[in-house]
Amino acid sequence: MTTFYFEWWFLPKLAQGLVLTVEITAACIAFGFVLGVLLALGRVYGPKLISIPCSIYIHFFRGTPLLTQLFIVYFGLPNWGIHLSAFTSGILALGLNTAAYQAEYFRGAIQAVKGGQMLAARSLGMSRIQAIRYVILPQAFRIVIPSWSNELILMLKYSSIVFSISLLDLMGMGKRIAARYFNYFEVFIVVALFYLVLVFLLSQSLRWLERRVRVPGLGAPGLR
Amino acid sequence: MNALLVVEDVHKRYGKEEVLKGVSFQVEKGETKVIIGPSGTGKSTLLRCINRLTEPDRGRVWLDGVEVTSPKTNINRIRAQIGFVFQDFNLFTHLTALDNVRLGPMRVKGMKKDEATRLAQEELARVGLADKADAYPAELSGGQQQRVSIARALAMNPKLILFDEPTSALDPELIGEVLQVMIKLAQEGMTMVVVTHEMGFARSVADEIIFMEKGVIVEQGPPAQLFSSPKHPRTAEFLRKITELYGGEG
Ligand SMILES: Nc1ncnc2c1ncn2[C@@H]1O[C@H](COP(=O)(O)OP(=O)(O)O)[C@@H](O)[C@H]1O
Ligand SMILES: [Mg+2]
Repeated sequence: MTTFYFEWWFLPKLAQGLVLTVEITAACIAFGFVLGVLLALGRVYGPKLISIPCSIYIHFFRGTPLLTQLFIVYFGLPNWGIHLSAFTSGILALGLNTAAYQAEYFRGAIQAVKGGQMLAARSLGMSRIQAIRYVILPQAFRIVIPSWSNELILMLKYSSIVFSISLLDLMGMGKRIAARYFNYFEVFIVVALFYLVLVFLLSQSLRWLERRVRVPGLGAPGLR
Repeated sequence: MNALLVVEDVHKRYGKEEVLKGVSFQVEKGETKVIIGPSGTGKSTLLRCINRLTEPDRGRVWLDGVEVTSPKTNINRIRAQIGFVFQDFNLFTHLTALDNVRLGPMRVKGMKKDEATRLAQEELARVGLADKADAYPAELSGGQQQRVSIARALAMNPKLILFDEPTSALDPELIGEVLQVMIKLAQEGMTMVVVTHEMGFARSVADEIIFMEKGVIVEQGPPAQLFSSPKHPRTAEFLRKITELYGGEG
């Protein structure tokens, strides 16, 4: 066995990569959240003209590999005259992908809200949109938190595929250092530890959020 | 059109089954109408047709001279004037009692928050739940939940409240507290249409009782007459059964 080769100045470099990982993850999650909610609402409440395209979108992005989607965006779109930076492409591909998954979780949660809630809201004279905004979504969001948390943690880890479009995220930075010094084992152990810390922090924050908004009688079914 | 509520020849069909086969009745301001009848008869459907939570296939409804069923009517504005109390309460699960009651005034009527809060506290006090303002529905008994839902309806200052079997989901010992609130409302002059199996309530509070069966009104009249000398044999039979089931005074 060779000696363990790791230099302290790798750490700030890796920290730089970590910042990019956090940025990409946060951006794709936010993007996926907004699009996911719209897709879920379209699927549940939309007329066929809207709900069918939403379904097709969701099936496409859940039915094809994330890496393929990333390559279509980064390497494929330029053929159509659309040139996006690697950073934008990464966020876009990851965001489009997680939107499809988040949409399915939101849809399940919306449908888990009892039917009488919508009736009661409408009986007060709320429009459908008001009822969705003030009654259905606040409940659906609470119900969805556990499965949504899993999705966010997955996205944090999946964001590492952006190394393949030469972004220097945590994974990309690790690969670059390791390729130069040939210390793959050492570097990627440290990279793994960094991811572990991120995942820990994220899941703790999500638990905090879940406790923070918990309401008696609105227990999330299933996980955790 | 003098009556506050006019229901004229309302029809509703679900698939092959015609649930309402032309129902007509009127409710004067301040009146309490009680609708009785076997389950599956279309009582809930009828109530929902009044504020178009269910869209009637045919027939017309007027509230205070405004045609509810006209396509030109803004139905949300009509619904804001008609309280609806559900059998299973349907309180908003994620909101406290206070928030349940003030949501409508704030979001539908655009009332300012502190004004809506004061109003909600008053309405909760009116149903005897001033001390439960901060409780979530899951922390309340069925009877308390139903009283909050009555407060929620009252906060909209409705012209009319529709009650769909408001005590049927309750444990027997909790029925009284809800009926008491309803009796008080009737005495205060609230206009109400109440579907119920509580014959004691019907007898003492109703100005008129409507007996419905299989999508039609079989018979209607003041409680004294309907209970003592029903004209129709079906009414007599139903009253006999319900008395066996629920006991004399309900
Ligand atoms: N949304 C619906 N879809 C299909 N059938 C329904 C629906 N709502 C009610 N029905 C049917 O209509 C009939 C009358 O129901 P309902 O109005 O609830 O009666 P009641 O309140 O008198 O018990 C029942 O046979 C019921 O199954
Ligand atoms: Mg019913």
